[in-house]
Amino acid sequence: MKRQRYRLDVGARIDRGKTLRFSFNGKSYEGFDGDTLASALLANGVRLVGRSFKYHRPRGIFSAGMEEPNALVQLGSGAASEANLRATQVELFDGLEAASVNCWPSVDFDIWAINDRFSSMLPAGFYYKTFMWPKKFWHQYEKVIRRGAGLGTAPELPDQNIYDKRNQHCEVLVVGGGPAGISAALEAGRAGARVILVDEQAELGGALLGNGEHIESRSGVDWALAARTELDEMPEVHILTRTTAFGYYHHNYILMVERLSDHLGAPAGTLRQRLWKIRAHQVVLATGAIERPMVFADNDRPGIMLANAARTYVNRYGVRPGNRAVLYTNNDSAYHAAHDLAEAGVRVEAVIDVRPNPTGEGVEAIRQRGIKVLAYHALVGTVGVKRLRGIEVLALNEKGDGFSDGLQRLRCDLLCLSGGWNPTVHLFSQPGGKLNFDELKACFVPGETNEAVIVAGAANGVFSLQGCLAGGAAAGREAAAKTGLEDPGAPSLLPVIPAEEGPITPVWHLPPVSKGEMRFVDLHNDVTASDLELATREGYRSIELVKRYTTAGMGPDQGRTGNMHALAIVADTLGRSIPEVGTTTYRAPYTPVPYGAMAGRDVGALADPIRMTAIHGWHERSGAVFDDVSQWKRPWYYPRPGEDMNAAVKRECIAARTGVAILDASTLGKIEIHGPDSAKYLNRIYTNGWSKLAIGRCRYGLMLGEDGMVMDDGVTSRLGETHYFMTTTTGGAARVMAWMEDWLQCEWSDLKVYLTSVTEQWATLSISGPNARRVLSDLAEGVDLAPESFPHMAVREGKVAGINARIFRVSFTGELGFEVSVANSYGLALWQAFQRVGEKYDLTPIGIEALHVLRAEKGYIAVGHDTDGSVTPGDLGMDWLVSSKKDFLGRRSLARSDSIRPDRKQFVGLKLEARVPEGAQIVSELRRRPPMKMIGHVTSAYDSAALGKSIALALIERGHERMGETVAIPLTLEGRVVKAEIVSPVFYDPSGERLNV
Amino acid sequence: MLLIDCPYCGPREEIEFSYGGEAHIERPKQPDKLSDAEWADYLFMRNNPKGPLAERWCHSYGCRRWFNVERHTVTHEIQRVYKMGEPRGGEEGT
Repeated sequence: MKRQRYRLDVGARIDRGKTLRFSFNGKSYEGFDGDTLASALLANGVRLVGRSFKYHRPRGIFSAGMEEPNALVQLGSGAASEANLRATQVELFDGLEAASVNCWPSVDFDIWAINDRFSSMLPAGFYYKTFMWPKKFWHQYEKVIRRGAGLGTAPELPDQNIYDKRNQHCEVLVVGGGPAGISAALEAGRAGARVILVDEQAELGGALLGNGEHIESRSGVDWALAARTELDEMPEVHILTRTTAFGYYHHNYILMVERLSDHLGAPAGTLRQRLWKIRAHQVVLATGAIERPMVFADNDRPGIMLANAARTYVNRYGVRPGNRAVLYTNNDSAYHAAHDLAEAGVRVEAVIDVRPNPTGEGVEAIRQRGIKVLAYHALVGTVGVKRLRGIEVLALNEKGDGFSDGLQRLRCDLLCLSGGWNPTVHLFSQPGGKLNFDELKACFVPGETNEAVIVAGAANGVFSLQGCLAGGAAAGREAAAKTGLEDPGAPSLLPVIPAEEGPITPVWHLPPVSKGEMRFVDLHNDVTASDLELATREGYRSIELVKRYTTAGMGPDQGRTGNMHALAIVADTLGRSIPEVGTTTYRAPYTPVPYGAMAGRDVGALADPIRMTAIHGWHERSGAVFDDVSQWKRPWYYPRPGEDMNAAVKRECIAARTGVAILDASTLGKIEIHGPDSAKYLNRIYTNGWSKLAIGRCRYGLMLGEDGMVMDDGVTSRLGETHYFMTTTTGGAARVMAWMEDWLQCEWSDLKVYLTSVTEQWATLSISGPNARRVLSDLAEGVDLAPESFPHMAVREGKVAGINARIFRVSFTGELGFEVSVANSYGLALWQAFQRVGEKYDLTPIGIEALHVLRAEKGYIAVGHDTDGSVTPGDLGMDWLVSSKKDFLGRRSLARSDSIRPDRKQFVGLKLEARVPEGAQIVSELRRRPPMKMIGHVTSAYDSAALGKSIALALIERGHERMGETVAIPLTLEGRVVKAEIVSPVFYDPSGERLNV
Repeated sequence: MLLIDCPYCGPREEIEFSYGGEAHIERPKQPDKLSDAEWADYLFMRNNPKGPLAERWCHSYGCRRWFNVERHTVTHEIQRVYKMGEPRGGEEGT
C-alpha cells in the first residue's frame, strides 16, 4: 500500500482522521473521508486512469465533476456492478473496488491502442464508410468493432437494490446549491415560500467548495455552512443533497434522482436511490457553469486537466494534482487557479495566454508572484504519452490565426486549461428555453422561455462571486413574489463589488503545426478538430448531423467539455457565426440515471397490475395453468396428472360436447346501461337493431369503429323498460366503455343514458353442454328452465344455490349454455355449489383454450384474434348483422371504395392435413422458395376433438368465392408445406340444432 | 408533462388524462349524403397547426369527464380549458 504522496498536510473538506481503503485496477490505495475516487487517485499519484473510446489513448483525470470525459470506471462486480461512472463523482467509501473501462488486458498495456498508431486511417465516419459494404457482412464486422470501441460492462444479474419514488409540490424549486442557489433559497425561504433546494454534491457550497474564495470575512465554505444552518431552521425549506435534477419538462415538472446509499457502499438490498417528481410553481436554476478546455495537438495526455479542476483538487480535497504546472488560457480564471496551485506548493512554470494583453486583478497577482506570463502565445504540442512531461509553445503571428517561429519547450507534469466557461443551460433548454450567444463572454446564455423559471448566477453567464450572490438573491425574492407571497422587506444583500476581470478572447482552434496531429475536441469520443473540419468538407452543415457523423458530444459525458468548441469549429470552417450554427438539442437526462431509479418499486410482481377473479384461488388449488388476457389471469386449462396441454384441452372439449363443462367467465366486460334513450343509443353503437328487443331477451351485437372496422362484440340483454346489460370481450372492456362514454359525452349529450362499468361487480360462470340444464336445475330456484319458457337468448332473474342471480341462456361453445352471474363476493360460493351438484354429471372445469377450440369449431369469431382492426362485418360474412334501416357508428365507412373492393380478405375455414401455427401465411401458387404471393393468413388454428382433425380459421383474399379451393401454407422455417381446403368457418353443427334443446 | 386544469376536478397531472385529438369535429348528421371524400375528411383529416389547437381531453383516472383544452402546440401553454359543448374561443368566435 502506497502513501498518499500528493496529499497536502492541512486544509480542505476531507477528514484526515478517517482513512478509507479502496482498490483501483486491482491495486490497493488509501484515501480519506470526503474524497472522490478521482481525488483519492490523484492523492496517490495515479495519473493513467483509462483508455479513450476509439484510439485507446492513455487518459487521466480531466475534471472534478460530472463533465468528466476520461475517468470512467466500472464499480463493484456481479449484480451490484455499475458501468461508466465518472470517478470524479464517485464518493470514496471503505472497500470500494473500481476498474478502468475500455482497455484490455490492462490500462497500462492495451492491445487496442494499435488504433492510435493507425489513427490517420480512422477518420470521422470511418466505420460507416468502410464496413457497410458488403452490407450483409456488417454484423460480422460489428462484433469485432464493438469489442474494440466499448465502455463498461452491464451487469448480467438482476439489480438487488431498492429504489423509491416520491411526488412533491413546492412553491420555489432551486436547482444548484452554490452561491447563487443558496442565496435564492435563503431569500425565498425568508419570504415564507415552500422551497426545495437541490444539489448533486454531498454538501452545499457548489463552486465555493473548490475555489477557496471568501465572502466578506468568512471563507466561502463557512458561509455555505452558516446558510445551511439558517435554511435548516426554516420549516418550509427542504434541502436535498446528492440529488441531481436531470429532467425539466413542461409546466415546471422536474425529475430528480437522490442517491441515498451509493456513497456508503451499502450492501445489496438497501434503499439505494429515490426518484423525485417535482411540480414547482417557480423554478430558480442556479446550475453553475462548466469550464472549457483548449484545443491543440495531443491535448489529451494524462496530467492535463481543467484549471478549475486543479483548483478544486487543491482547495476541496487537499491534493496537489502535479509538481510542476503550466496553465494555458484565454481568460482570467486560470490565473486564480495558478494562484491556488502556487499556494499549495506546486511549482507554476508559466501561464500561457492567447490574449495579446491580459489584464485584470488575477493576472497582476500572478505576475507579482514572479510567475512567467506568456501572452499571445499558444500551445502546439505536448511531450509524454502515459504521463505528461512537457509542453511546446509558439508565439502567435500578427493576425492571430497562426504561429511565429521559435518553439519553446517547458517541462511540467500538470497542464491546466481554461478556454472560458459554458453556463449549464441544459435544464433551461430541455423544455424549449431559447439560448442567446453572448459575444462578449463567448458563451450561450439563457434567453426566452415559456416556463416559470429564473436563471441565476453562472448559469446565467454571471461568473463573479458577487454577481452570483446578488443574482441568486434577486431570483429567490422574485420567485417568492411570483407565488403570491409578500415581499419580506429590505433585501439582505451583500454589496456588489464589480470584479476586475479582463475580457475573454476565444481562440477556438488554430491550424495544425504538423500533419496528422490530434487536436482533441471531444475527449470521450476521440473526436478531433480535423474530424470536424473533414465533416464540413464532406458537406455536413447541420450541427445535429455533424454530431451524429463524428459522434462529437455523444456518450456518458454528452460532450460537456467539448461541444462549444465543436460547434465553434464547425461555424468557423463553414464561415458562419456561432449563433447561426446553433447548439444541438438538450435532452433529459442531464446525467445518466439508473433504470432501477426509473422503475422504482414497479418491478417483479408489481410491474403491472394483476387482475384475478373471485374464483382464482380455486383455480390455483385445482392446478390450473393460467394465461394472461390483458391484465387478467384466466385458467388456460386444468391438466390432470399425466396430461399434457393437448390431452387436457381435448378432454375438456369432449366434456363440453358430450356432458357438461363449467368456465369462469367473470372477466367478460360488463356495462350497465340505464335511461329512456338506451335503445336509441344501442342502435347507434351496434350494427344491428335494438328497438324491438323484448324485456328478458338477449341479442348478439357487433360494434364498429367509425372506420367501419369491427371493434368489439358481445351479448346485450334487456332487463327492464329502460335498463340494458352489455357484455364485451375481456380485453376490450375498458376501451369499449371509454368509447361509449366518449360518444355520450361529446356527441350525443342530448341522449338520456347512463353507463356504469360493472365488470368487477359480477362473477359469471358459464355452464355449457348437453347436461347444462340438469346441473343448473339442481341449484336454481324460482326460474322455469324449460326450453319453451326459457329459450335460447333469454335472461331470467332468480336464485341459484340460494344466491340472487341473473341467468342468461347464451352460448359461446355451440352447446346448450347458461351464464350465471352473481355478486362478485358470492362467485366462489356459487362455483363450489356447482362443483358439489356437478359431481354426478362429471361437471368439468374448462379453461379458455378449450373454449377457443369450441368456438372455432362453430366459426364464432374472437375479436382481436380473428380480426385485427382491418376487418369489416362483410369480410366476416356477418352482413346479416348490419341493419340497413338506421345509421350507426361506422356505417358510412362500409360504403367507402376500399370497404367494398372485391379483393378484400374474407373470413373462411380451413380443413387441414396437419396443425399449422396461427399467423401462418397462405399462398395459392406454391413455389420452391419465397417470394410467393401471399393471399391471406391463419387467424386461429386448433386440433378439434369433435371433428377428429386440425381446423383453422383464416382471412383470405376473395375467400368467400374460393370455397372448395385448395391452398398451401408454406412453413419455410420448418421446411414443410401444409395443404388446406377452403371451407365454411362453421365446422360443427351448422344448423345450430344443439343450441335449441 | 402537462399540468391540466380539469374543469371538474382542478389541476392534475397529465398521466391522469387521455387524449382525444382535435375538438369541435361534429359527426355529420346525414353521413349517407356525403361523398367518400367528404366522409374521409370527417374521418381522417385533422388540423395540425403550429400554434393554438383546441383539443379534447378526458380525465380518465379522475372524474372520467371529457372537456376541451386550448393548447399551444409549440410551447404547450394551456390557454383555456372549457367544458364540452361550450363554444371555442379565439378568432373563430362563437
